[in-house]
Amino acid sequence: MIVLEKRPQPSQAWSLATPLVAVLATMFFGGLLFAALGKNPVEAIMTIFWEPLFGEFSFYYRPQLLVKGAPLVLIAIGLSLGFKAGIWNIGAEGQYIMGAIVGAGVGLAFYPLEAWYIFPLMVIGGALGGWAWAMIPAFLKVRFGTNEILVSLMLVYVAEQMLASVSLGLLKNPEGFGFPGSRNFQSYASAYNADLIEGSGMHWGVVAAFIAVIFAYVLLNRHMLGFHIRLTGEAPRAARFAGVNPARLILFCLGLSGALAGLAGLFEVSGPSGQVSIDFNVGYGFTAIIVAFLGRLHPVGILLAGSLMALTYIGGEIAQSEMGLPAAAIQVFQGMLLFFLLAFDLLTNYRLRLALKEVA
Amino acid sequence: MDLSEINPVLLIASLMVAATPLLLAAIGELVVEKAGVLNLGVEGMMIIGAICGFAITVETGSTFVGFLAAALGGAVLSLLFVLLTQVALANQVASGLALTLFGLGLSALMGQSYVGVKPPDTPELNIPGLSDLPVVGPILFSHDLVLYFGIALIAAVWAVLKFTRVGLILRAVGENHDAAHALGYKVIRIRVLAIMFGGACAGLGGAYISLVRVPQWTEGMTAGIGWIALALVVFASWKPWRVLLGAYLFGGITVLQLNLQAAGVAIPVEYLAMSPYIITILVLVILSADKSSAPASLGRIFHASH
Amino acid sequence: MTTPLLSLQGLTKAYPGVVANDTVSFDIGAGEVHALLGENGAGKSTLVKMIYGLVKPDSGTMLLRGQPYAPPEPRAARADGIAMVFQHFSLFDALDVAENVALGMENPPAMGDLASRIRDVSETYGLPLDPYRRVGDLSAGERQRVEIIRCLLQDPKLLIMDEPTSVLTPQEVDILFQTLQKLSSEGTSILYISHKLEEIRTLCDHATILRLGKNVGECIPAETSAREMAELMVGETLQTPERAGRDFGAVALDISGLSVPSPSEFGTALKNLHLTVRKGEVLGIGGVAGNGQDELLGVLSGEISTDAEAVKLAGEPIGREGPTARRRMGLLTAPEERLGHAAAPDMSLTENALLTGSVREKLEKRGFLKWAETQGFAEKIIKAFDVRTPGPDNAARSLSGGNLQKFVIGREVLQNPDVLVVNQPTWGVDAAAAAAIRQAILDLAAGGAAVVCISQDLDELMEISDSFAALNEGRLSAPRPTTELSVDEIGLMMGGAHGIEVAHV
Repeated sequence: MIVLEKRPQPSQAWSLATPLVAVLATMFFGGLLFAALGKNPVEAIMTIFWEPLFGEFSFYYRPQLLVKGAPLVLIAIGLSLGFKAGIWNIGAEGQYIMGAIVGAGVGLAFYPLEAWYIFPLMVIGGALGGWAWAMIPAFLKVRFGTNEILVSLMLVYVAEQMLASVSLGLLKNPEGFGFPGSRNFQSYASAYNADLIEGSGMHWGVVAAFIAVIFAYVLLNRHMLGFHIRLTGEAPRAARFAGVNPARLILFCLGLSGALAGLAGLFEVSGPSGQVSIDFNVGYGFTAIIVAFLGRLHPVGILLAGSLMALTYIGGEIAQSEMGLPAAAIQVFQGMLLFFLLAFDLLTNYRLRLALKEVA
Repeated sequence: MDLSEINPVLLIASLMVAATPLLLAAIGELVVEKAGVLNLGVEGMMIIGAICGFAITVETGSTFVGFLAAALGGAVLSLLFVLLTQVALANQVASGLALTLFGLGLSALMGQSYVGVKPPDTPELNIPGLSDLPVVGPILFSHDLVLYFGIALIAAVWAVLKFTRVGLILRAVGENHDAAHALGYKVIRIRVLAIMFGGACAGLGGAYISLVRVPQWTEGMTAGIGWIALALVVFASWKPWRVLLGAYLFGGITVLQLNLQAAGVAIPVEYLAMSPYIITILVLVILSADKSSAPASLGRIFHASH
Repeated sequence: MTTPLLSLQGLTKAYPGVVANDTVSFDIGAGEVHALLGENGAGKSTLVKMIYGLVKPDSGTMLLRGQPYAPPEPRAARADGIAMVFQHFSLFDALDVAENVALGMENPPAMGDLASRIRDVSETYGLPLDPYRRVGDLSAGERQRVEIIRCLLQDPKLLIMDEPTSVLTPQEVDILFQTLQKLSSEGTSILYISHKLEEIRTLCDHATILRLGKNVGECIPAETSAREMAELMVGETLQTPERAGRDFGAVALDISGLSVPSPSEFGTALKNLHLTVRKGEVLGIGGVAGNGQDELLGVLSGEISTDAEAVKLAGEPIGREGPTARRRMGLLTAPEERLGHAAAPDMSLTENALLTGSVREKLEKRGFLKWAETQGFAEKIIKAFDVRTPGPDNAARSLSGGNLQKFVIGREVLQNPDVLVVNQPTWGVDAAAAAAIRQAILDLAAGGAAVVCISQDLDELMEISDSFAALNEGRLSAPRPTTELSVDEIGLMMGGAHGIEVAHV
């Protein structure tokens, strides 16, 4: 019989190893899944993990990694701070949408004026939009003790309806021949989030993501606020005893994660996506939850996890077009990753021990 | 706009239909939470139930077998949650999210060949005489059997929790798992059974959406109903009959909102469509002051060390 | 000689890193009150858990009435007539008395019948209880009655009681002893676990003494002196703390007219509390757990906010200040619950040193942390208080209770507080560590600090405090000099606030 035995303290080695073990387990069981769908598992795994990086068309896919990875990392960094403190913002998708709507709205309000300050204003608008949307669950939690998980999630559905509403109304392109969706930012230079180096995929969102990683690292390791965030997650009563004001922490964590998600939305809508449309969001807000956990809520880990997840997105698209692997299979694959990560996390805090059957 | 097109009798009858998926999922989650476990994977289990029920019904032609499969599908998916939280002792919030994300993906994968297919009708109660009565007939005697089953389930859960030893033990485990363990009750085993019951109920609720309420299969068709079910348990203060009340309230809002859309009210469709979610938030705010009836061990990890 | 009711033969149980029980053998006769005596960590709890079927021995056997006995689970133990009253109550706050009793029975009767049986039994044994009250609303003494009645309803042959008096007032202890003697005269055996020598001498027929998991001796308590038993139990001669004569200075801490509701549902509100502590004085606050101790600590630490004027530090109103501001001003506290309140279990000792030390030890600058200095502070605590750990990188939860408590108390003492408030400073701590902690508290007071020591351990309070007050249902009795007090008076102060209440009306 195998018994669990709590370690005297968390194992550093397993803490680092679990994400790797989880990825390997996901590859194995994902392979089984692909085989069950009648695809060659080895080929599918190779297509997903190898092709975008080193394949024939990698010159095209590599920049895409940055494009897909940046919003994931940006959102996941924000979420991870809250998750560490036991504050569960799972409505990043909604904050992402609202950031995009507000930021894009700011830009479109200036159309057709060309000026250097338009894009910075859009960035501020994007952050504020996401921040404000996240402040709703934050305020309700602080003031009324309302569960932030449910409220932030409900607001995703509200935000999606808002998006539909503005795509068809307020922000609709007046010269769009009645098609839903806003003007395309690609043809509005002052508001376009272009590649900083042509064809590199390196847009402002990527820069913001790197800054966020560094910021979060310093905050968590060198600053009192970061210490209080960790303390609150580990032992809420001890945090209160240490002098942490829980309400302020909730407002900070939710507000920051909302602002970062809003920024991600703005950079996406003004760059790679190009316009506000009914379905410009593709679920980054939810995938970022996986990224945050896969990165063990650690800034550097999130950077790696975001890159890996971007890889599965792009590799998944390749596998979809080349092998006919269904898009949903990739979604399952990503879900599995989180699943295995949580399962193997056991080994960080517990030791498995083979216990002999009781001596009579 | 023409509000007179809204028929109150049909409105009530259809709100009962709209409430049933919510009711089924919420009563299952209520039992899970009473046992001290917070499973945020309701949405994922519902959508798996929706596709399992739909696919099996289409393949076998029997809605009964379909609903059975849906319950089974939900319960099997909930076993993943069991594995994470009861065996691997993972955080329940994260595990519930994992279950939902995984379930949404898996259901989309399973449902690929069922998009656009029309399922067979679910048989409805038809008692000659009673079902034909005006007003009372359509409201009380003309529904499908699952709807009645849902109401019966509420009554059953209420009775079991209140009057039986099994119910007492379940509540004890949710209140104080360490004390229950010290008295020799099998905390993990009881919780596993409760979680599977919750999974089966969510599965049934999902299948009710794809087989009765809509009825067809589209990806992500549960559209947050699983999450509303979670809110409903809080709304109900963990009391079964209040789940029924809450479900009918939300069902009413949903149906009314759809009727208003159809009647062409001057409110944009999007704002009507977001109303159930906003109302859920409002209700949560009003009720979150009172947390006293929440099971004391809710969401806490149990590990018998010695 | 007749067959003993229960005979333990060579029971051994090892956990990783520690042998909890090492070939323990002894017999319990029918109708005997048998004491199991030992320090915290001596292995008493593990031993009774084996008898009750919660833990299986690695080796050794048990005989019940001469028959092999190996309960696979508590249910089987109960079926064989063995019942247990737990040290940490195994009760369910949100359920009522009858439901709690039913949960502890194999085949409970219908609720109505059960309620009347509860009334019968509780009256027979002088332990009145209303079967329909919610357990969360009961006092500690009443809660214990629920446990005892739960056991008695099953006609046990052996009743195991784990530290039953730690939550009772002296008067309640007398009632309990009468009940136990009545049971014993009816033929029920009692296994009585305690580390309180005097009560064992009063109550028990026979005693087995455990030290570090081993049976180190047996005795007839009535014929053995407390000192002899204590030496068997501890295995060394203990130093009693030294207290120098003290002069008290100005008033350091002043609470007046303080009333606050409890933040938790089953907590106790504080009602019209008054107290003053002078520099150099140790004020002991006694009382049974759950009478407002946690709330009082919260009010002083700054976790519970009050009227500004209700709490004054050296004349300054601080009722609205948070914990950090109070630390800056020189008021430090150490809560009862070590893991999760005073310290974060999974964080390192360095991080836990930062938890309360950041302000006074200047471990941060404009919010940025000085990890090197923090580690230095942690090492200083470890060294000064002889905390047994490989180093400051180890997690708090890896320390034993006594060592972690030394760390927690040391962390506050080394910050040179003007006022120190401790709650249950030596609860669950081995005797050597307890002595060290008490000495540190006395030394601090000798250096001119004011100390408030909240404790359930009356011996401890008598030993270290200059004046004594008791908390009862959120009310504090007027403090009196310790030297003037007898145990009876203390008991009345602890349980007697009811009388005072009537006088007020």
